[in-house]
Amino acid sequence: MKRLLLLSAAPLALGLLAAPAAAQSVAIVNAKLVIGDGSAPIEGGTVFVRDGKVVAAGRGVAVPANVETVDAGGRYVTPGIVAGFTRMGIVEVDGVEQTNDAAAGKSPFHAAIDIAPAVNPKTSSIPLNRAEGITRAIVAPDNDGSIFAGMGAVIDLGADRDAVTKPRAFQFMEYGEAGARAAGGSRPAAIAQFRNALAQVRDYSRNPAGYGDVGKEALLTRADAEALVPVFAGRMPLLVHVERASDILVLIDLKRELPALKLVLVGAAEGWTVAREIAAANIPVIASALTDLPASFEQLSSTQSNVGRMKAAGVTVGIGMINDNEARQARLEKQYAGNLVALTKVPGATGLSWDAAFAAITSVPADTIGMGGEIGSLRPGRRGDVVIWSNDPLELDAAAMSVYIDGVKQPLTTRQELLRNRYMQPQEGALPKAYER
Amino acid sequence: MAIGFRASGLSFRVGGVLAAISLLSACATDGKAEGPKSASSSKQAAPGMGKGYSHDPFPSTYKAYPGTPTLLTNVTIFDGEGGTLTGGSVLFSDGKIVAVGQSVAAPAGATVIDGTGKVVTPGIIDIHSHLGDYPSPGVQANSDGNEATGPVTADVWAEHSVWPQDPGFSRALVNGGVTTLQILPGSANLMGGRSVVLKNVYARTEQGMKFPGAPYGLKMACGENPKRVYGSKGRQPSTRMGNIAVDRQTWAKAAEYKRKWDKFETDGGEAPTRDIAMDTLRGVLSGEILVQNHCYRADEMAIVLDMAKEFGYQVGAFHHAVEAYKIGDLLKANGTCAAVWADWWGFKMESYDAISENLALLQNAGACAMIHSDDENGIQRLNQEVAKALAAGRRAGIQISDAKAWEWLTINPAKALGIADKTGSLKPGKMADVVLWNGNPFSVYARPEKVWIDGAMLYDANNPKLRPVSDFELGQPGAGDTK
Repeated sequence: MKRLLLLSAAPLALGLLAAPAAAQSVAIVNAKLVIGDGSAPIEGGTVFVRDGKVVAAGRGVAVPANVETVDAGGRYVTPGIVAGFTRMGIVEVDGVEQTNDAAAGKSPFHAAIDIAPAVNPKTSSIPLNRAEGITRAIVAPDNDGSIFAGMGAVIDLGADRDAVTKPRAFQFMEYGEAGARAAGGSRPAAIAQFRNALAQVRDYSRNPAGYGDVGKEALLTRADAEALVPVFAGRMPLLVHVERASDILVLIDLKRELPALKLVLVGAAEGWTVAREIAAANIPVIASALTDLPASFEQLSSTQSNVGRMKAAGVTVGIGMINDNEARQARLEKQYAGNLVALTKVPGATGLSWDAAFAAITSVPADTIGMGGEIGSLRPGRRGDVVIWSNDPLELDAAAMSVYIDGVKQPLTTRQELLRNRYMQPQEGALPKAYER
Repeated sequence: MAIGFRASGLSFRVGGVLAAISLLSACATDGKAEGPKSASSSKQAAPGMGKGYSHDPFPSTYKAYPGTPTLLTNVTIFDGEGGTLTGGSVLFSDGKIVAVGQSVAAPAGATVIDGTGKVVTPGIIDIHSHLGDYPSPGVQANSDGNEATGPVTADVWAEHSVWPQDPGFSRALVNGGVTTLQILPGSANLMGGRSVVLKNVYARTEQGMKFPGAPYGLKMACGENPKRVYGSKGRQPSTRMGNIAVDRQTWAKAAEYKRKWDKFETDGGEAPTRDIAMDTLRGVLSGEILVQNHCYRADEMAIVLDMAKEFGYQVGAFHHAVEAYKIGDLLKANGTCAAVWADWWGFKMESYDAISENLALLQNAGACAMIHSDDENGIQRLNQEVAKALAAGRRAGIQISDAKAWEWLTINPAKALGIADKTGSLKPGKMADVVLWNGNPFSVYARPEKVWIDGAMLYDANNPKLRPVSDFELGQPGAGDTK
């Protein structure tokens, strides 16, 4: 973002997007203020952002006289949405493989793949989701040929050239059916691959210079071994996609054996059936919100009450987009969170309170990957990602009226909006539609 | 990977057709003989128009389940045809809607439900589903939606793939309030086969779910899917021009087939050779079968409309009509509907220009428009999809009322399926397909509380015994849970 600000004085060829304003200090007053940490909204609240960081948020916050002040008119003001598990910014059109950098099945490298350089802030999903109040996203590579997919990043959705907030933020791994397939055909093969990697990483750690690299024939290339060192040392979170209850228990056992492992479960459709065990092992979860079909044999007991039941059992659980239009539709997380609130009125179902549901798409995903101190809420010291909404942001008709990322007010125009404007009347006029822009 | 991509992009579950034309000309099915009986005594007697072979060899065995006369009072009503009533009443009995009004008297013995704070609507109709053909669990052994062995498989009937134990039917009922749905073959092929319309009532057999009297549809597909599937096999079509070439050649053959059979049924003589695929295309040319055409791009839809004129058939509805908003006027002029998503986009090139205002722009242009799912998850939230589309339209300055927008969920798909005389709105005499929502169904916080199909209560959120559990789920983890 700093780099961007330096450049923003120059006339950037940003196409559709105007350069964001440089002002990084702003106070939004008269807000229905949502901190994002699960606490209740604060009527008449103020959030004060200086130099891109939240200074204070609450009622009776003092704002210096020289700071730009925005009156929210009593509307909802919240932290930006943190999309829990996506492939945003690394895929333009899923069906056009040249634009899809999520997986690399023909590469000899797996764990060593670092997705950060692939993130393109001009990918059309970024302005589209930004216009809907998404300000950060957890971006993971997809696996192909190994249980290890590589290192994911946390990005911001700002209209600038510097999208990556934190590169190499975590390693992503597949277990369950997808992991079994990648490992050669079975879950035990996936465990064997994991244990072999662990042994080889130990070899590498003892003597990096002496680690033989036999290239494509290697069970673990030198680069992959190097990439897994911080994972096994517990310095880098390991996000694992898993759905079946018995598979979750296997991973809990693994965590018991390797207590340093910073394990995070992704998906977890059957998590509710072993929620107490997950909570006791202190493993956070990024779940799919509304999975309720036995889409596979590893999801037989799926229910939309999964997230609510896990939360009620003491699990830290946020919402992500695994197997759900990861590249483009993080904006749906708001709708999903609203649906979890709806469940509180369905007999026999377990949902989330509005406050908890909003946290599940802001601070909790940030917390799961150890970035809650930096993003995901309006607590002091966090980055100044703030959204002013037309109305309840979980409602289907809500619009983001203003979006700030790192305190910078963002342009909200999208390609879709331009198409809409062009075709408000379908007929061609004095000139072809191609001349309307 | 992304579900939308799998569903509509690569594995071609997407389909598409449509029809504002409501009812087929009756001549093909009612057996009224037409034309002179000029056969000489040496010729076999003419069987009569439409009588040369059975048009209904797998007849519906659906029977409505019993219900009690029910009066819903103090409810907000969206009648499905643009009407709304606050604090009104709906009465149904013997499987039919009896009365809708501000105040309706309860007949003796009627169950009276106070719906204060709740909303009543007709049951939702999804014109585009693959439930049963691509059921859960989505394993290869259950994958029965695309006969991807030739670009023209008009001989296959989706109903012969429907697995009536798909757990997806129950989710569409209890979370989605879906009471009727059309099951289509996938979109691998130019002419993928016949669709079938089902009532969302579990049965042991597919025939037991079949909507009585609903016309068949022909699933056709434009664009990327057929050319990719057959191009990758090194055969025609491998391009969009190849798509249309194969279509036209096939329609030309169908016209000839129809001439032969029409002549035989009118004049008698030796019966022409049966061709099961051509039976279906003949049905389209005679107006008995409605075309449901998967087609995303505006320019391709225009080409298909011209092709339909060339061969004398009507395109009922374009499905996945992502770019319909660019040609709302053309669709209106041709009497062709558009079935669309609220906000799916970007999973393939032909979905790249999707905008959330599609439905509203179509409405603004006076064209027939509706929501559809093509998805076992999306079908559970079609009301929410319409809410998003409606809000996008309003933000663009297009004022459409909630009650009017409900047409996108019920009466318009009913018209495009040729069943608008039977369901799709809360009008006296129609099937009592009714949803009582526990709040405004355009709010994310609302869910179906009760669902009736033909007047029988088949879901009640307050009664765990009224949660359907398919054979597949019985005895499995999670069976009978809230879903």
